[in-house]
Amino acid sequence: MHVLREAAAEFERPVLLFSGGKDSIVLLRLAEKAFRPGPFPFPVMHVDTGHNFPEVVEFRDRRVAEIGERLIVASVEDSIDDGRVVDETGPRASRNGLQTVTLLDAIAAHRFDAAFGGARRDEERARAKERILSFRDEFGQWEPKGQRPELWSLYNGRIRRGEHVRVFPISNWTELDVWQYIAEEGLEVPSIYFAHEREVFARDGMLYATSPHLQLGPDEQPFVASVRYRTVGDMTCTGAVESTAATLRDVVLEIAATEVTERGQTRADDRVSEAAMEDRKRKGYF
Amino acid sequence: MAISGWAPHHHAPTGETASADEAADIFARLSERPAELLRFATAGSVDDGKSTLIGRLLYDSKQVLSDQLEHVEQTSKRMGSDFLDLSLLTDGLRAEREQGITIDVAYRYFATAERRFIIADTPGHEQYTRNMVTGASTADLAIVLIDARKGMLPQSRRHAFISSLLRIPHLVVCVNKMDLVDFDEDVFRGIVEEFEGYAAKLDVPDVTFIPISALLGDNVVERSGSMGWYQGAPLLYHLEHVHIASDRNLIDVRFPVQWVIRPRSGSGDYRAYAGQVAGGVLRPGDEVVVLPSGRRTKIAGIDTFDGPVEEAFPPMSVALRLQDDIDVSRGSTIARAHNQPTVSSSFECLLCWMSEQPLSTQRRYLVKHTTRTASVSGVEMRYRIDLKQLHRDETATTLELNDLGRVLMELSSPLVFDSYRRNKVTGSLIVIDQDTNETVAAGTILDTETETRNASPAEARPAQSPNVRWQRSELTRSARWESLGHAGATIWFTGLPGAGKSTIASAVEERLVTAGRAAFLLDGDNLRHGLNGDLDFDERARSENVRRTAHVACLFAEAGTIALVSLVSPYLTDRKAAEMLHAVHDLDFIEVFVDAPLEVCEERDPKGLYARARAGELLDLTGVGAPYEAPTKPDLVLRAGRSTIEADVERVLDVLAARGLWPSH
Repeated sequence: MHVLREAAAEFERPVLLFSGGKDSIVLLRLAEKAFRPGPFPFPVMHVDTGHNFPEVVEFRDRRVAEIGERLIVASVEDSIDDGRVVDETGPRASRNGLQTVTLLDAIAAHRFDAAFGGARRDEERARAKERILSFRDEFGQWEPKGQRPELWSLYNGRIRRGEHVRVFPISNWTELDVWQYIAEEGLEVPSIYFAHEREVFARDGMLYATSPHLQLGPDEQPFVASVRYRTVGDMTCTGAVESTAATLRDVVLEIAATEVTERGQTRADDRVSEAAMEDRKRKGYF
Repeated sequence: MAISGWAPHHHAPTGETASADEAADIFARLSERPAELLRFATAGSVDDGKSTLIGRLLYDSKQVLSDQLEHVEQTSKRMGSDFLDLSLLTDGLRAEREQGITIDVAYRYFATAERRFIIADTPGHEQYTRNMVTGASTADLAIVLIDARKGMLPQSRRHAFISSLLRIPHLVVCVNKMDLVDFDEDVFRGIVEEFEGYAAKLDVPDVTFIPISALLGDNVVERSGSMGWYQGAPLLYHLEHVHIASDRNLIDVRFPVQWVIRPRSGSGDYRAYAGQVAGGVLRPGDEVVVLPSGRRTKIAGIDTFDGPVEEAFPPMSVALRLQDDIDVSRGSTIARAHNQPTVSSSFECLLCWMSEQPLSTQRRYLVKHTTRTASVSGVEMRYRIDLKQLHRDETATTLELNDLGRVLMELSSPLVFDSYRRNKVTGSLIVIDQDTNETVAAGTILDTETETRNASPAEARPAQSPNVRWQRSELTRSARWESLGHAGATIWFTGLPGAGKSTIASAVEERLVTAGRAAFLLDGDNLRHGLNGDLDFDERARSENVRRTAHVACLFAEAGTIALVSLVSPYLTDRKAAEMLHAVHDLDFIEVFVDAPLEVCEERDPKGLYARARAGELLDLTGVGAPYEAPTKPDLVLRAGRSTIEADVERVLDVLAARGLWPSH
């Protein structure tokens, strides 16, 4: 709450990024705690790849309507139509990388100077060094060596025109903290976080939902399994885990017992190379 | 299953691994996850094995998930290590992996059944003072690593010094790589002695030494089988159980306003001031003052998203409604009317310079402090602290990257502040370069009166009045003492009010005088009737009280008397100054800590002080409304009530005997 209020007070045009995923659900609740009964001093924005899970998109719209705030949807589809980016092709095509361009375009178009995100330092090695207020240059790029030191809880929010910051209020939370908070606050999450029957296929040791956005390889056979998602992202790179955890309680138990990190288990985008996340972050990804 | 190192470990559905009862049990424990959080910073020189230590802590406490571990296994092999290189768990960014060093502050998270932990992993390389300061600014504890083969390096001193400057309450010195010195106790003892000699000059309340081998895991999580001579706890146990003396100041109400909450237009005249409590306990009905304007009002209500609350204390984020419609905005600070912070546009502070661009009068700077930002109109250099020698360089005219120094700061508009020592939130600031927007320095505000002599701990400078020269006496001390037949000294009894200091001190006095020795009890309460009668009970006045008493004791000791000081003297630095004063005059100073738990003191309450404090009649009573900093290395600890007064007196005499001030039995 302290971070949200500081950033809202110091920036002229902040925006809160909301994907419908668990971390951004927590963020939305924290914003309610920080600013109610007043309105949010910023709109809510989602970067939609067009390949998102329909359950999540439905949830996103409903949740933002419930709290009565303004939703902006920045669409990768539009970026493709505008010729800003070109869709990848082939069986491993994903729009995950394209999001970055759409996000940066949207930030520029709306002249946002601060974007709240739900990234956490425990997710990945490159994120462990991320600041709470992360400075991005006019091209949206992240320079790990050029970040400002953060002392006590004093944040330096001064930027030049064209530059922006990413603000990560739940930087210091772990995956388990997030789920416990969701349980304590009784927050609703999209149904795909709970076990459900789904047609999936195995690829590189992960389970992917069959969808029009993913081409099956010659040896890839779809089958039905009881699965749930640990992270919510683009359908083309977000894998499911086999699970029977149908309630919040089961999910918390399952995470407490897990042996694999959420990104290692379910995110193909981080497996590309040893420093995959670091490289994407430099370009402007979260 | 894939053969690659990325083989996923799908855990079986819960039903297969745990029975319903077991699951219920796990869930119950999870919902009781330890709420207590310890934030600690680690620092060490390059190659001291800091990353390995953190990797070991995570690995042995089973916090490393299998995909992370496989990544480490693979990379270890690729880099030619034939063992598991645990440092790869933490050395995250590409540049550092290539250089083999950590270059920035990285944060790690883990939890055990006892506590949750956040590690700020800071590089210890000489150039990286700024990173250490950054990581340490939020830490409850600091771990300093020393390579057993190399002993104390300048960096080790620097780390200890920075920890003391930032007032980190606990310091743990891990003597690492014990395996490379054959687990030799003498090597460990030598480093402990050297470090203690150094730390004695610093304001570090609690230092613990642990001999470890991060590589092999000795004394990290598990007790070492190779160092039977070490009786203490392994590192993790210490981290789980060290008493986190609360950083929170629950005395001085401080509420910097962050944000004014007004509902959407047309829904009433609700107005509340949102912020995070930085000190004290706020309740509806409290009379408060809004600074810097000085307007007074009362708290009408304390609101949160989950409804109104009856009290708010640090670090709660709440919104205050006030009774009167007065001007309050972001940057205002709300305090209790009778206990106000300083409002001023100039103050003394210590700066840690963090920019490549040195401090320059040609540049325009801003200061960000709580929720207020002000532009700097002047900076006057006092001195730079030479971190190698730990002395003041008063000829310095600027501060460069990684320099520490003291300055007088003048701003264009006032801030509402306390000394850093009193409140870390209202006593800390950052300096921003207006042209580059870079954060160029971190600063801690000094309590000008009391901290002048402590800012550079290596020196104890007796305060002097100008134009007054010391009148030398022709009579030498030895001639005086010989004639009397005995030497003088000071025994300083410190402890909470009601701990039994005066009872023991007067029993010692009686015993000495009966034996024909000159002894005199300087009782804190009695001195306040005359010499110190003009002094109040706030922090500054308490320090002055101790200072005067120390000088009087010094004169008594010089005269050949055993001065028995019985004084709460709550602050470490003040007592340290008293000790230094005696050292400068080459006089014995014996610190006796009369230790009694607060409840016991309150129970005894010989002067009815606690009763009055609890009734709200007495503010700032040490232990209730003001802090007490226990001695770290007293010459003697007496636990009042544990033994008879006679036995306590004997123990004091034993210490005198050990110093040659009393015949040994």
